[in-house]
Amino acid sequence: MNLDAAFSALADPTRRAILARLAKGEATVMELAAPFEMTQPAISQHLKVLEDAGLVTQRVEGAKRPRRLAQSGLDAMDQWLAMLRRALEQNYDRLDKVLAAMEPHKKGKKR
Amino acid sequence: MSKMTLKTEGDTHVVVTRHFAAPPEAVYRAHTDAKLIQQWMLGPEGWTMPVCISEARPGGKMRYAWTHPKHGSFYLTGECLELEPNRRIVHVERMHLPDPTPDNHVETIFEADGEGTLMTMRMTLPDTQTRAAMLSTGMEHGMEASYVRLDGMLGAAANAAH
Repeated sequence: MNLDAAFSALADPTRRAILARLAKGEATVMELAAPFEMTQPAISQHLKVLEDAGLVTQRVEGAKRPRRLAQSGLDAMDQWLAMLRRALEQNYDRLDKVLAAMEPHKKGKKR
Repeated sequence: MSKMTLKTEGDTHVVVTRHFAAPPEAVYRAHTDAKLIQQWMLGPEGWTMPVCISEARPGGKMRYAWTHPKHGSFYLTGECLELEPNRRIVHVERMHLPDPTPDNHVETIFEADGEGTLMTMRMTLPDTQTRAAMLSTGMEHGMEASYVRLDGMLGAAANAAH
């Protein structure tokens, strides 16, 4: 997997949303275009970037070419979630320190 | 340390839970007092929050603005909908990147849990696409950190090659 291509492919919100949709299962260009206010050629363009980055693959089924997540696309999705988790954890670890510093009242005086 | 859970629920929810060693009163205050929010709601290393407006009353306004020396700035606006002091906050928020993202409806509950507090934050997005976009927006900042790590790795590899 080309990391540079993968990172720049992921920099676009539409492409991230396409990946999120494909995480739920295979889809055709028409199905992918439906929720976006975009033409099919515009979606195809995004798909090409994702395919070149190795995040999405296609197979041939008659006239259709359904797309699905490649393994590295799945890994990228996992990585996103891990990163959000990490950012929140950093927030809450800082909050632990803020709470420790702001707690001059004795605990247990109520109830 | 790692007591946080983050999971998606149904098509449009994200639920985060975390235990804190302080009582609900303190955790609630750290979520509503602007001076305290500015100290911790900062995301990855390097970000600061120079502006924090938090009007903790129903109908009150929220405005948080973040900035980073290299990655620029963005802000969030919102409205406080319901408040049960020391127990529950319901608010709606959106990021401005600079175009506003769809509204994220957030309910945060603080419950006594032993000596401390169990916080449950339940976010509700308008639809699945929005949830996916929101999750990935949060990840964008993390990706920048990854870039830096990647630079470091590539640099080390280049040095090793000489």
